[in-house]
Amino acid sequence: MSKVGWLRLPLAVTYAFLYIPIVVLVIMSFNASKTPFVWTGFSTKWYGELLNNELIREGFINTMIVAVSATILATALGTMLAIGIARYFRSAIVEAYSLAPAIIPDLALAIGLLALFSLIGVSLSLVSVLLSHVVFGMAFVAAVVIARLGQTDSSLEEASRDLGASAVSTFFRITLPSIAPAIIAGALLVFTLSLDEFVVAYFTDGPTTPTLPIVIYSMVRFGVTPEINALAALLLLVSFTIVLSAQRITRLTDSV
Amino acid sequence: MTPLLSIEHVSKAYDTTQALDDVSIEIQPNEFFALLGPSGCGKTTLLRSIAGFEDPDSGAISILGDDGTSMSLLSLPPNKRPVNLMFQSYALFPHMNVRKNIAYGLEREGLSRSEVDARVAEVLETVSLVDKAKARPAQLSGGQRQRVALARAIVKRPRLLLLDEPLSALDRKVRVEMQLELKRLQHEVGITFVVVTHDQEEAMSMADRIAVMHDGRVQQIADPVTLYSRPANVFVADFIGSGTLLPGEVSGDTFSALERRLPCNNASGVHGPAVLMLRPESVRVTPDDSDACLRGAVIETHFYGGSSITAIRVDGVEQPVVARSAGAPRYSMGEEVGLLWDADEAVVLAVGGSSETPP
Repeated sequence: MSKVGWLRLPLAVTYAFLYIPIVVLVIMSFNASKTPFVWTGFSTKWYGELLNNELIREGFINTMIVAVSATILATALGTMLAIGIARYFRSAIVEAYSLAPAIIPDLALAIGLLALFSLIGVSLSLVSVLLSHVVFGMAFVAAVVIARLGQTDSSLEEASRDLGASAVSTFFRITLPSIAPAIIAGALLVFTLSLDEFVVAYFTDGPTTPTLPIVIYSMVRFGVTPEINALAALLLLVSFTIVLSAQRITRLTDSV
Repeated sequence: MTPLLSIEHVSKAYDTTQALDDVSIEIQPNEFFALLGPSGCGKTTLLRSIAGFEDPDSGAISILGDDGTSMSLLSLPPNKRPVNLMFQSYALFPHMNVRKNIAYGLEREGLSRSEVDARVAEVLETVSLVDKAKARPAQLSGGQRQRVALARAIVKRPRLLLLDEPLSALDRKVRVEMQLELKRLQHEVGITFVVVTHDQEEAMSMADRIAVMHDGRVQQIADPVTLYSRPANVFVADFIGSGTLLPGEVSGDTFSALERRLPCNNASGVHGPAVLMLRPESVRVTPDDSDACLRGAVIETHFYGGSSITAIRVDGVEQPVVARSAGAPRYSMGEEVGLLWDADEAVVLAVGGSSETPP
């Protein structure tokens, strides 16, 4: 360890680079001043203001509707996709294409979805945002679950059949428990991604139902207020909690 | 006796390979049967076809039912077949403890709780794992996992237990113990065992009868002693045990090589090019070469404690002739010696295509 002691310095610098903006954001959210860049004293009043802001409240509700439904749909569909690929098709090409929506640029996905929706006559609303989030959400869930299925011994399922369980019973008693950590991790991932997703939502959302990131965007156009800092800090808290618990769930079960 | 399991003309091809080629085997009740062969010989495909995880392209597999009538297995899904498979990886359910793993199959049969408990307790006793009932598979040693896998399969009281390389995941020392243990258990529970292995020692020490497989075909089905002393063809002779294969020719009822008639027991079933199989312990080395079958020079000696191996180069034969004798080596390198063997212990095998099964 002492041999690489000097490496701590670049490590510290790197982490400072990564986290100083976040730390500044959190500190400034407790700033009493109305101008967000001058510190005048500690206050939690912006958090209070946040709750009274009608626009933000509405945006938050819209975002929760989309995030929760997208998580449920994407997790169910993504898990089925993963099982189909890992257990029945076993094709590298099919697998690669299933993951594409997670990798291709958001902008391309957003424009493509917008074009598709107008082509088939889907009016833009929270439903179109939801469908769009399911598209990339599914890909993320599938990626996590396929990795997990690759680690689990497929002879577990055969053993279950051999011991007299039907295919359905085997799925619920053996397959599902062994991939549950990956499904939960995938669901949490979709939820965090959907929560603060901007580009795709901006393109596919209807005018009367803005999601939270769109609300923030339109507020920031007229200048950053301390309220926004408070909101961002709260979002940060939620995302951190979810990502850390997702990581913990996957790590806990790696030993199995 | 009516066989418990009949495999009739079963074939299975994958894209480019013929995994099973017209395989027919009959397995008797209470037999400990081994499918032996190198990897890729089709033995695992055959086992999985019996269990229901592979579908043969043609042929039939049927099992004797409780009522004495034979029933076809191929139309049944794996969970409806009266056979159980012990997987090579053991496939213990990691999220269940030992007790629950073993109870799993009984619960699927819809047995009452008290009956499940009683049978699990009984089988835990049989495999001496009573104190591990609450442990998770991850907390067990390799040998213990193997016993849980075995218990989980035999608790179902199948008519036939299939074991896929049951000992390959174990250390060498544990493996030898478990060979004896498996054989003891098989007698104790009275279930017919079919074990797949690539380890000939394992097959020879455990099985009542062995089917040697190669390239998807059954090469020979026999008890271990017959397999060793009367192999049906060159592949079996080469695969089982060690020894020397002397190339030569059969005409009439005599085998000759190097322009000599060599003693052998069964040349009459073979015509044309052939090899003579000599097991190391059948070959006697003698300093006096007047009545020797062959002559040669000692090129290597190895001492293994109880016995020693002497390799003799015979002019005109590529492979040295190997002889095993008790005690320390008695000859030195380069020494000219004579080789002797009893006609009864030398087997003539046709080259190219299999000969008739020797008597």
